[in-house]
Amino acid sequence: MIETLLQSVPFQIMLTGALVGMASSLVGTFLVLRGNSMLSDAIGHSIVLGIVVVWLLTHQQSGPFQIAGAALTGILTVFLTELLVTTRRVKKDAAIGLVFPMLFAIGVLLLNVYARDVHIDTHTVLLGEIGFVWLDTVDVLGWSVPIALLSMGGMTVLNALFIGLLYKELKLATFDPDLAKALGYAPGLMFYALLFLTSGTAVAAFDAVGAILFVAFVIVPPSAAYLITDRLSWMFLYGGLIAIGSSISGYYLASWWDVSIGGMMALMTGTFLLVAFLLSPRYGVIARLIRQRGQHRSNETRTLAVHLYNHEDSARRDEENVTAALREHLLWDRGKARRVLLECLDRDIVRREGDILTLTEKGRGLAREILAPHGG
Amino acid sequence: MIDTPHEPHLALHVEDLTVSYQSKPVLWDIDFDIPPGVLAGIIGPNGAGKSTLIKTILGLVKPVAGHVTIFGDTYRKQRRHVGYVPQRTSVDWDFPTTVLDVVTMGLYGHLGWFRRPGRRERDEALDALAMVNMQDFARRQISQLSGGQQQRVFIARALVQKADVYFLDEPMAGVDATTERAIIDLLHRLRDEGKTVIVVHHDLQTVRRYFDWLMILNVRVISQGPVEQVYTGPNLRQAYGGQIALLDGQAVMQDQPTTKRDATANHGER
Repeated sequence: MIETLLQSVPFQIMLTGALVGMASSLVGTFLVLRGNSMLSDAIGHSIVLGIVVVWLLTHQQSGPFQIAGAALTGILTVFLTELLVTTRRVKKDAAIGLVFPMLFAIGVLLLNVYARDVHIDTHTVLLGEIGFVWLDTVDVLGWSVPIALLSMGGMTVLNALFIGLLYKELKLATFDPDLAKALGYAPGLMFYALLFLTSGTAVAAFDAVGAILFVAFVIVPPSAAYLITDRLSWMFLYGGLIAIGSSISGYYLASWWDVSIGGMMALMTGTFLLVAFLLSPRYGVIARLIRQRGQHRSNETRTLAVHLYNHEDSARRDEENVTAALREHLLWDRGKARRVLLECLDRDIVRREGDILTLTEKGRGLAREILAPHGG
Repeated sequence: MIDTPHEPHLALHVEDLTVSYQSKPVLWDIDFDIPPGVLAGIIGPNGAGKSTLIKTILGLVKPVAGHVTIFGDTYRKQRRHVGYVPQRTSVDWDFPTTVLDVVTMGLYGHLGWFRRPGRRERDEALDALAMVNMQDFARRQISQLSGGQQQRVFIARALVQKADVYFLDEPMAGVDATTERAIIDLLHRLRDEGKTVIVVHHDLQTVRRYFDWLMILNVRVISQGPVEQVYTGPNLRQAYGGQIALLDGQAVMQDQPTTKRDATANHGER
């Protein structure tokens, strides 16, 4: 049964997509939290140079050494960027924008000159072709397994190990790099290690989804997860689930509409982000609107309680503390006056005796708390 | 730096320290000692290099020249005995974590690489939170805290280290009066327990009430020693220029817009 599943092309494609998403969102979570997500864009592009150079040297496109070698260009990008920034004449975003197009351009030119006839062409570089992962296979224990599946599986395990082992160190270095350094950890080194893994993931993923779509898998699932939860560990879980969900739904929608599978998967990560943006229980737009409405409502009842409290013992009590005063003095329309009054009666804040409104003990307590919050 | 321990009787000994960003020195040949068991303030105008001095002592900024010892040894060797409270605004308070978790981070230095915090670390962090009266906030997401609460959490994170020397960078900046009172009481208590507490401070009005040792800094050391000897008109005028007026022997900031900024929050400074 496992064998038929493994041999099924749709399963291989979805699994590859899910692994690209999981490996990317693992490292992406820290990049998003550091505010460095666009570095993945830079890395995604400049590794093209690395891939071409490694191919020219070894005539091999996959394999651990090839991945590591090509990933060095990602590190080179970040290094050159920071070098430019230290001159203090170029801002960080400008430095990123200077470095990666240059490295990418060199990569594309080399591709044009030396690698016209090979499988890596400009189109694949940008978009990848996850639909063809099943073409490149190797034999593992008698099964023919797509190479992309192996390299992505390897990267996912490597990234998970890195984050699992150095979880507390990475968390501290991301939240407070100064304290991390003062306590003897090496936040700079850890950041470069994280970027190296990001680059490795980009190299491994590039066959499947290409340089541009890779960025979506690094940034979007963690960003969506960040909207859903405020615990770091849950961010990894939600990021992984969103990555898996995107690749499965992306595959089926792409086959249905007959469009690019990688593109559809990336689009689905965006759909999940949109859903999180709208529906997240704490940070979602809708939850926020409901909360604001609730606060608005509760302010209305509080207003009435304070109004009644202020005029409770005054001579004008019979004029102020009556239902008509809600309209005449507080200038509420009939519907609003009725709604607020009903809510106050329901919540046992106000009692009605004929036309006169009086505060209950609970209502008086509420008014006192509002007027003198520190018990003074 | 140096290998031979020296000045072991001093909580902090800074010798010939020069620090520069690019080519411009921000600290010139600083010689600076703090005896153990004092509550020391570091004051000086904006851009005087106060934060840079602390960061250099803690090895976060590399000096051009000079060295630092803490109880006679390099910071690297004394790391476990030093607690650091950076400026509150230096971190992102939207980071997805809890109050308790932030305080536990103070123990990461004791834990070392790979070891995860456990129940013992959790209990110690809760004790530290109780010292700053924040125990009820342990499970709270950090983005829900007010400025004063954030500062208390940061102080708890240093307290949990049970250090001998504490460095605090502008702990009173942008906190309410109640929190300021609570913080200074806590710092006095630490001092009374024999700890050495070194505070970068910005409010001249409270210097004499809060501290018993003082160093006035403006790129170079203007003066240092017991607060009553150092906190004098001439010294302050030398550090702050014409921005100081003297009333009844007590230095007070003049009511000028530029001066006001010096006297109140100056978070942006490095």
